[in-house]
Amino acid sequence: MQYVKLVIAAVFVSNFVLAQFLGLCPFIGVSKKTSSAVGMGIAVIFVMTLASFVTYLVYWKLLYMPLGIGVDARDYLNIVVFIVVIASLVQFVEMVLQKSMPALYRALGIYLPLITTNCAVLGVAQLNISRFGSGGFAAGLLGATLNGFASGLGFTLALLLMSAIRERLDEADVPLPFRGVPIAFVVASALALAFLGFSGMA
Amino acid sequence: MHLLKEITKGIIRENPVLVLLIGLCPTLAVTSRITDAVGMSIAAAFVLICSNLIISMIKDVIPKKIRIPCYIVVIATFVTLVQMFMAAYFPDLNDSLGIFIPLIVVNCIILGRAEAFAGRNGILASAADGLGMSMGFAFALLVISFVREVLGSWSIGGIPVSDGGFAPMAVMIMAPGAFVVVALILGLMNALRDRKRTCAVAGALNREITLYAASKPEALKLARADNTDPG
Repeated sequence: MQYVKLVIAAVFVSNFVLAQFLGLCPFIGVSKKTSSAVGMGIAVIFVMTLASFVTYLVYWKLLYMPLGIGVDARDYLNIVVFIVVIASLVQFVEMVLQKSMPALYRALGIYLPLITTNCAVLGVAQLNISRFGSGGFAAGLLGATLNGFASGLGFTLALLLMSAIRERLDEADVPLPFRGVPIAFVVASALALAFLGFSGMA
Repeated sequence: MHLLKEITKGIIRENPVLVLLIGLCPTLAVTSRITDAVGMSIAAAFVLICSNLIISMIKDVIPKKIRIPCYIVVIATFVTLVQMFMAAYFPDLNDSLGIFIPLIVVNCIILGRAEAFAGRNGILASAADGLGMSMGFAFALLVISFVREVLGSWSIGGIPVSDGGFAPMAVMIMAPGAFVVVALILGLMNALRDRKRTCAVAGALNREITLYAASKPEALKLARADNTDPG
């Protein structure tokens, strides 16, 4: 039950894009066509789930090593380590996909390098640390991974809604200065307003 | 003179947020209050100028193939410095900016300038570029946060501008308000740019016509006759 609540909260109530402003660059940049939005969404779900799992593991098992020198590396190394872990993870996923699943690689290939600088991935890693810090390592790891997956799902939902609307907007008669990105932001505002309706649910 | 150009280009002409449309996440997330926007601007400026400096110094020793990871590590180091400094001296600001301090690492403006400018130019020019871009970022943040705070909570920098009368538009300090304010500002920028372009075109056309008319007095006379004669 607790995990169902977690998923609903991450997908709808505190949607990464529309409520927390994370991952806006791909949200605006890759939402012109539904097909590319699907590709980007799947790649983000994949990387966010993996990154949540790995960074949680690294934070508690690698950085928190009692070295006996009275220094805890977690406080001042987490940003550097997380971004390096995410960047190498993306590179690794890219290589594995290229070798073992060429079809999937061709579909996701161009989106994977973009994900390294998607702030949603580093954001979920950082949020997981403060959110699942107490209450046991195994439960925390499960919660963090699930949160990564659900947040990626929320991102994909927002991206898909946006791309479907923008495909229609191409046909619409938009005032000249608002064509392109400005009208996309107006649409995002309406979507965010709709998602405000979920607040208080979980 | 040359350095001055590097500084000023970032403010309006190549404004990172309003023209190049990068670094959007912090732009929307930390602009519900002016104080947050100022804190974010200073933090990002420190990281951007320092990382531009360091990267332009070490650009010749970094192998081409792994330059991006190297840039990210340099940037992440400065972000860690900022985060620890803020947590120690400005705990309130640290709480309200929250996760967006560590996320300066993946701010496209900083990595973008490292890749596009600091990796190719000298130390002084890179520092000037960093300063200009940070000023452009700060300008965008200040404009957006000013609109949102005044409309959303009737105050400027925490000081109330009105003692009631009617309720502030609370939606402005929430997510939809952020999106719509940015949309309106981008639309306004486009409209101004289009107008400038149209005026320039019209001016050039007018000049052409005048020159042509001056070179052919009979044509001018004929044109006038055409205009005055309704038949």
